[in-house]
Amino acid sequence: MSTAIRSRSAPWVTTAKYVALFALLVFFLLPVYALLVTALKDPSEVSVTRMWELPGSLSFASFTAVWPKLQDGFVNSVMLAVPASVLSAVLGAMNGFVLSKWRFPGADFVFPLILFGMFSPYQAILIPMVQVMSDAGLRGGLDGLILVHVIYGLPITTLIFRSYFAGISDEIIEAAKVDGAGMLRTFFFVALPVAPPAFAVAMIWQFTSAWNDFLFGAVLTNRDYWPITIALNNIAGGQTVPFNEAMASALLACLPTVAVYVILGRFFMRGLMAGALKG
Amino acid sequence: MRKLRRWGPGLLLIAPSLIALGVFVYGFIGWNIRVSFTSWRGLAPKYDFVGFDNYTALARDERFSLDIKHVVVFTIAFVVGSLVLGFVMAMLLERGIRAESVFRTVFLLPMAISFIATAIIWRWLLDNGGGRTAGLNKLFADVGLGFLRSDWHKTDSSFAIAAIALPAGWALSGYVMALFLAGLRGVPDELREAARVDGANEPRVFWHVVRPMLLPVVMSAVVILAHISLKTFDLLYAIDGKNLNIDVPALYMWFTTFDGGFYARGATIATLLLLGVAVVIVPYIWYSVRSERR
Repeated sequence: MSTAIRSRSAPWVTTAKYVALFALLVFFLLPVYALLVTALKDPSEVSVTRMWELPGSLSFASFTAVWPKLQDGFVNSVMLAVPASVLSAVLGAMNGFVLSKWRFPGADFVFPLILFGMFSPYQAILIPMVQVMSDAGLRGGLDGLILVHVIYGLPITTLIFRSYFAGISDEIIEAAKVDGAGMLRTFFFVALPVAPPAFAVAMIWQFTSAWNDFLFGAVLTNRDYWPITIALNNIAGGQTVPFNEAMASALLACLPTVAVYVILGRFFMRGLMAGALKG
Repeated sequence: MRKLRRWGPGLLLIAPSLIALGVFVYGFIGWNIRVSFTSWRGLAPKYDFVGFDNYTALARDERFSLDIKHVVVFTIAFVVGSLVLGFVMAMLLERGIRAESVFRTVFLLPMAISFIATAIIWRWLLDNGGGRTAGLNKLFADVGLGFLRSDWHKTDSSFAIAAIALPAGWALSGYVMALFLAGLRGVPDELREAARVDGANEPRVFWHVVRPMLLPVVMSAVVILAHISLKTFDLLYAIDGKNLNIDVPALYMWFTTFDGGFYARGATIATLLLLGVAVVIVPYIWYSVRSERR
C-alpha cells in the first residue's frame, strides 16, 4: 500500500542520487584504499608518489615487520577493553535501573549531573587524576587505566540502560513489588533477563572507546602496559617510519573495533544514538 | 524510616557510581580549578594562591590567542562541513535507495576507527610533498584536478587548521548522517501525505513539514560536533602535533603540563576549555532533560 501512494521521483533524479552516493562512497573509501594497497604491497614497491597504484603482487611482509612491535600493545588493549566494558556495563545497568524504575527523591537532579561527566573535556580532570592515581599506586599498569575507563564510562552506560529500562512497562515492576519482591530481586529477575540488547549496546560502546582511547593511556601507563593507540602512535607517528609499516600498523590496530562494527553494527548505531541524548 | 526502606536499597545500589563520579568528575574539576590559582611548576605540587595571575598571563600569551583563533577556525570548518555533508548523505539515502545499508555502513565506518589511526592514515594523504607530489595532491594531478593541490595543514597561515576538518569530517559526518536519518524517518508519512493531498510539491513538503521537525536534530548535531571540536586532541597530536599552525588549547595544555611541567598554566587552560564546553553542553543537557519530562 505505502509504495502505491509514495510519489515517484523522476528517473534523472534517481540517477543523480546514485552518482552523488557513489562519489561519496569514493571519498569515504579513499583512505581505506590507500591503507589496504599500501599495507599489502611488497615493501620494495612502496613509494609515497606511487601510493594510489595497485600492488603488483600481494605481500604480507609489512604486517610481519610491524606485528612484533605492535603485539604487546594489542594484548594490553584486549586486557584493558574487555574488563572495562563488562564492568561499566554492569554498573550502568544498576544505575539505569534505579534511575528509571526505582527512583528516589532527587533522581531527576542527579541524572543531569551524571550526564555532564560524559561531555566534560578530560583535560579538565587530567592533572588531579594523574596525582591521585600516582598516590594510590595505580599509575603505570593496566588496573588504574581500567578503573578510569570504568568510571568515565558510567555516564553513557547509565544513559543507555536508563533509556532501555524506561521502555519496560511499570506494571511489570509493580506486579513484582506486589508479589513481595524487593529491589534486588526485581532487578535480577525482572529487569536483567530482558536487558541483553542494552548490554550489547553498552559493551560495544565501551569496548570501542577504551580501545580507541589515547589520552588516558598516555598519562597512566608505562612502556610495558601501553595500549595499542600509544604503540601505534610511536611506531607510525614518526616522519622516518616506512610508509607501508605505518599503514600496516594502523590496519592491525583498527581490526577489532572494525570487526565489531561490521558484525554488530545495529547495536553500535544504537549506542551512537544514545550518545546524542534525546534532542 | 519507611521512606528509607523504600528508597534505601536503590540509593545503595547507585551510591558507588555516584561517589566515583562525584570524585572523578566534580572533585577533580574543582581540584583542577584550584591548581589554576597556584604557581605550581615542576613535578612537586605546590598549593599557594596567586589569584588570577595565570589567567591574565594567558590573556597576554601570544600562543594562547593563536590557539583560540585556530580552534574557532577549526570548529567552524568542521561543524559546518560535517553538518552539510551529513545532511546531504541522509537526504540521498532517505528513501528508495538500493543497497542503502552498504552506503550507510561505509559512511559510518570511520566512527569505529580511533583518531590516532585516522590521523596516521590522513597524514600521508595530506602530504604536501616537499618537492615531490604525493597523497591527495598526487591523486588530483592524476585525474586532471592538479589545480586543487594544497599544502593542507602545512600551509603557513593561521587558517591551516581548516585542512584538519577533512579527516575530522571524514570521521564524524557519518554520525551526523545517522542522526538526520533517524530524524527524517521519525516524520510520520501521514503528515507528508496530507501536505501532498493539499497540493504541496516535494520541496514545499520538505520546507513546511519535514524541516521544522529536523531542528532538534540540527541542534543535537551542532552541540555534539562543537564540543568534540573544542576537545580534539588525539587527531591533531598524531597528524602533526608540533606544528604551531594547528596548535589548539587542548594541545597547548598537554605540552605545557606534561612536557614543560607548567602545571598551573596547564590547569588554567583546562579550566577555560571546560568553560567553553560547558557553555555549549549545559543548556543542551538542561533542554534534553526538560523535554523528556514533558
